[in-house]
Amino acid sequence: MTEPMLETRGLTKRFGSLEVARDVSIVLPRGARHALIGPNGAGKTTLINLITGQLKPDAGQILLAGEDVTNLATTARVRRGLTRTFQINTLFPDLTPIEAVTLAVCERDGVAGQFWRSLAAHEAAIEESYTILRELSLADVATRRTRTLAYGQQRLLEIALALATRPRVLLLDEPAAGVPKDESAMLFEVVAGLPDDISVLFIEHDMSIVFTFATRIIVLVAGGVLVEAEPDAIRSDPRVREVYLGHGHNG
Amino acid sequence: MSNAPSTAAEPLAWLRQRSRWSVFEIVFWLATLLPFYFFPTYLNLASQVAIAALFAVSVDLVLGYAGIVTLGHAMFFGLGAYTAALISQAGWSEPLTGLVLSAAFVGLVGYVVSFLIVRVQHLALIMVTLGLGLLTYELANAMTWLTGGTDGLRLPRTWPVLGYFKFDLWGFTSYGYALAILLAGFLISRRIVNSAFGLALRGVRENVRRMPAIGSEHRAHLRKIYAISAALAGVAGAILTHTTSTVALDVLSFERSADVVVMLILGGTGRLYGAILGAIIFLVAQDQLAGINPQYWYFWIGLLLMVVVLFLPNGILGGLERLVRGRHD
Repeated sequence: MTEPMLETRGLTKRFGSLEVARDVSIVLPRGARHALIGPNGAGKTTLINLITGQLKPDAGQILLAGEDVTNLATTARVRRGLTRTFQINTLFPDLTPIEAVTLAVCERDGVAGQFWRSLAAHEAAIEESYTILRELSLADVATRRTRTLAYGQQRLLEIALALATRPRVLLLDEPAAGVPKDESAMLFEVVAGLPDDISVLFIEHDMSIVFTFATRIIVLVAGGVLVEAEPDAIRSDPRVREVYLGHGHNG
Repeated sequence: MSNAPSTAAEPLAWLRQRSRWSVFEIVFWLATLLPFYFFPTYLNLASQVAIAALFAVSVDLVLGYAGIVTLGHAMFFGLGAYTAALISQAGWSEPLTGLVLSAAFVGLVGYVVSFLIVRVQHLALIMVTLGLGLLTYELANAMTWLTGGTDGLRLPRTWPVLGYFKFDLWGFTSYGYALAILLAGFLISRRIVNSAFGLALRGVRENVRRMPAIGSEHRAHLRKIYAISAALAGVAGAILTHTTSTVALDVLSFERSADVVVMLILGGTGRLYGAILGAIIFLVAQDQLAGINPQYWYFWIGLLLMVVVLFLPNGILGGLERLVRGRHD
């Protein structure tokens, strides 16, 4: 295994008596394509919220490339290269994709506070945004309002916004949520085509997609890691079959 | 991946075009000179309109662009008015330096207050801005030794603008002065909303939850625009003091805070010109309707407000834009 880009150590979070994260310790090496699976309510999104700082853990540590980021705010983590996307579109409805992605690039470059320079003067940022949009097949709709985009395009824009932060670790919360099956494979082609130095952890329910695109699978049940292994091992793991895959599913 | 052009020339051109001066804008600013020639008896009203327009533009920056709803912005307008008054009372009635000092002081107050403002949202935000406004009003009311209390302050006549343009009874200088400062404030605001910072403000308005996830220190953005907006509102208040040589408690009143929001909603938020158009409609309507029946003129404003909110969600200017664009398509 290469150097770990993201590591959690004993992450624990309680809402009252409900333990939503139970001693979660995972490691994401550089360039990983790991899937996070588990039944509804297993705490997958909660884990992403903890890792990215929307929630504060009751115990445990989060390390990004060896640096302890447990007490940093979300913004500071993003600036260090720890970025997420959202299961439910969390976009800027009235901005166009080129504006939204340029905004993210400007924030990353620390120039989003400049009010004395025209936006169009930030040519390099606009070029870069357009390149990102083009790679995600959004170039044609770059100047249309986000709210008018097709749903699948909005899902891609979720990823485009995250890429604009130049992540080292990218957490994708059901990138294909709500997308028809044939389109979701396309979406994951995009994920698979991301640069090799980005470490990716994605949540996905469709097992065929998980087995196709993940190099390693983490199974979360009731807030805790049930098992973490290669796809083949997961496929044949009786415990996983029991709690997650259900009966008669052979993957 | 797609057959889209590989350079960003097209989106770049689109972004540039968005901040380009349109012919409508140039015509509009030329039209602001008309009162000098065609309505010389209305110049004092015109300067009131220019002052209200600058105030409304300052509110548009926070409300229309950054999405901070405020019902207490008269606080900054009034502080600017009183700052200018106190400077004048101290023996220095030079208008432009008065404006700069008022802007600096009120901007500073705005920045301090902004630390509180960015912590709250929705109803709590409205209540905090409202509360701060009421607080300032009553403070000014109680500090009679400084503010003159309910009597207000009468000031020596403001010195000529640039040492040349004397303030006259007809309001030639008043309107020219107010209009020039409105234009300056507008140009600053226009640059701000067309900058990367302006884009970040729209980002906050459109989805504040996403901002941290793209690495934005969005609260710093909000503090900044709040201070800038406060300074502009302060300048508007200072112009009122300079052009009328008096200041009274009503510059800090809740009514003024509410009126400016009404102007903005009437004209249309988040487009700067909406603020100006709203100020024109509001004050001209007030002038005309109050002439017919001074007691009930708010009835018509209320009616107009409801019609606009129900049928023109983007304000009167938003409706006009749609009309023009519809014809182009």
